[in-house]
Amino acid sequence: MAQTIAEKLLSERVGRAVEAGDIVVVPVDGAMATDATAPFALQAFERMGGERVWDPERFSLVIDHATPAPNERISTLHTVMRRFAREQGVRLYDVGEGICHQLMVENGHVRTGELFVGADSHTPTYGALGAFAVGVGSTDLAGVLLTGKIWLKVPRSVRIELTGTLPEGVSAKDVVLYLVGRLGIAGATYEAVEFAGEAVTSMSLASRMVLANMVSEMGAKTALVETDGLRLPGGAGAPVLRADPGARYRREVTVDVSGLRPQVAVPHSPDNVRDIDEVLGTKVDMAFIGSCTNSRLEDLHAAARVLAGRRLAPGVRLIVTAASRHVFNQALADGTVQALSDAGATFITSGCGPCVGTHQGVPGDGETVISSTNRNFRGRMGNPNASIYLASPAVVAAAAAAGEIVDPATLPLAGEGRVA
Amino acid sequence: MTAVSGKAHRLGDNIDTDRIIAGKYTKTLDAGDLAAHLLEDYDPELKERIRPGDVLVAGENFGCGSSREQAPIAIKTAGVSVVLARSFARIFFRNAINIGLAVAEVPEHEIPDGARVRVDLLEGTVVDEDAGQSYRATRMPAVMAEILEAGGLVPYLKEHGGYEASP
Repeated sequence: MAQTIAEKLLSERVGRAVEAGDIVVVPVDGAMATDATAPFALQAFERMGGERVWDPERFSLVIDHATPAPNERISTLHTVMRRFAREQGVRLYDVGEGICHQLMVENGHVRTGELFVGADSHTPTYGALGAFAVGVGSTDLAGVLLTGKIWLKVPRSVRIELTGTLPEGVSAKDVVLYLVGRLGIAGATYEAVEFAGEAVTSMSLASRMVLANMVSEMGAKTALVETDGLRLPGGAGAPVLRADPGARYRREVTVDVSGLRPQVAVPHSPDNVRDIDEVLGTKVDMAFIGSCTNSRLEDLHAAARVLAGRRLAPGVRLIVTAASRHVFNQALADGTVQALSDAGATFITSGCGPCVGTHQGVPGDGETVISSTNRNFRGRMGNPNASIYLASPAVVAAAAAAGEIVDPATLPLAGEGRVA
Repeated sequence: MTAVSGKAHRLGDNIDTDRIIAGKYTKTLDAGDLAAHLLEDYDPELKERIRPGDVLVAGENFGCGSSREQAPIAIKTAGVSVVLARSFARIFFRNAINIGLAVAEVPEHEIPDGARVRVDLLEGTVVDEDAGQSYRATRMPAVMAEILEAGGLVPYLKEHGGYEASP
């Protein structure tokens, strides 16, 4: 029978043909938990009677959600994680190494065709590699640590075909914001979102990660991106992973990206998406480029292209975090960090930072934030009295320079308008 | 645990986990701390009004957003016996079952705030006793029902040692 990518991959993992709706118990190839989810997971693991992690090589702990620790309570939770890692021989990424999803991909802890379970809702990011990656909570993760398995319902799939060529200045973030707006915040609940098409084939791994990352904002269980044209970290091609012709989809959507405008999600939901033209002139107080969605090297490059030779608008602060120390070092070596810092950007530790509202840039009452992150729920960045707009790194950088939302393509050339 | 009744506290659609418990409060192992901030920005007085056994009744897509299990823990610790919604976000639904918080999807319900609600999880029935109106809950997969019946995934795995027995 013709299979979706999700059906194909899960059939492979369980060793028999399965189809949407089946309940399966699947062996897990890799797992991960962060400082937001690991403390409860490790506690649950002990309560289950767990003594040894099923396979320490396959599990990673990442301290990224509140890093370095903003207070003694959180620091003590980090201590618990470090102790567990030492005792169990489990890999731990400590303060400043980077954001969990970047680290899993960058360091080869997840591969095409694998089944990965992460205790973080943006785990579907690894669908960019053609991995079936699901986000779970702490106790499910503890179950994986104990058994090396997880139960799943084989999801129905939504197929997104992206045709055409992205216009200059329009990125994967604009595509996925458009899709979240079109499908809605629950538009793919319990489902797999599968991406294909010529506009995907030409995308970098980093851009594919942006697409896969935000299926979480459609309620999806996972994302799967066809691997045609994919270059893995290190430059090798990826194994071919495609849906069968004639596979059954719950919904098929085709989008020609050639005419797409930059997209902005307006408060207070990621599916409140508008063409940038409808929100031009919205004043901003704070700008943030970071998160598992948009803080890889190509994102920092996009921001630097906009900001090189400019200064931040008076009264605007721009906070930047690189997805990992590796990304930061690359951006340091090629002058990107210098360009952004010269423009007035403030770099913070590689990690989740302001995206989750714990520390390192909580907005004030009545302030407006433009951010390259994935969620703008009320209170998301730590203050329910702030308003958050979501956009691409280029649009965020342009807003930081102009003090209001502007189309990066219409910014005057850097240096123009400067008073001598 | 399969039949409960309590007063309904009505919530809207798309209540995300940031609203249930803000990210800044989640980094703790103290469930009481979590309950103290339950739905704080949504309705600061709500947690004061919840009595043990009460029922949260929501609209569509309850619990969307992050994977934080702190959300159902806060709800359970505040004394809520069951969460009903027209639909749930998937991670929240799994998390709730896994920590032993009863949840039921009731697609057609029109239960108002303050109604006296009786829920029979085994039968899959929900009754608004004030209006004399009854609703059907969507059947959950057998493995989930077994985990919930065991009181959560910790006691379930302690007892079974794995998932093989159930699906």
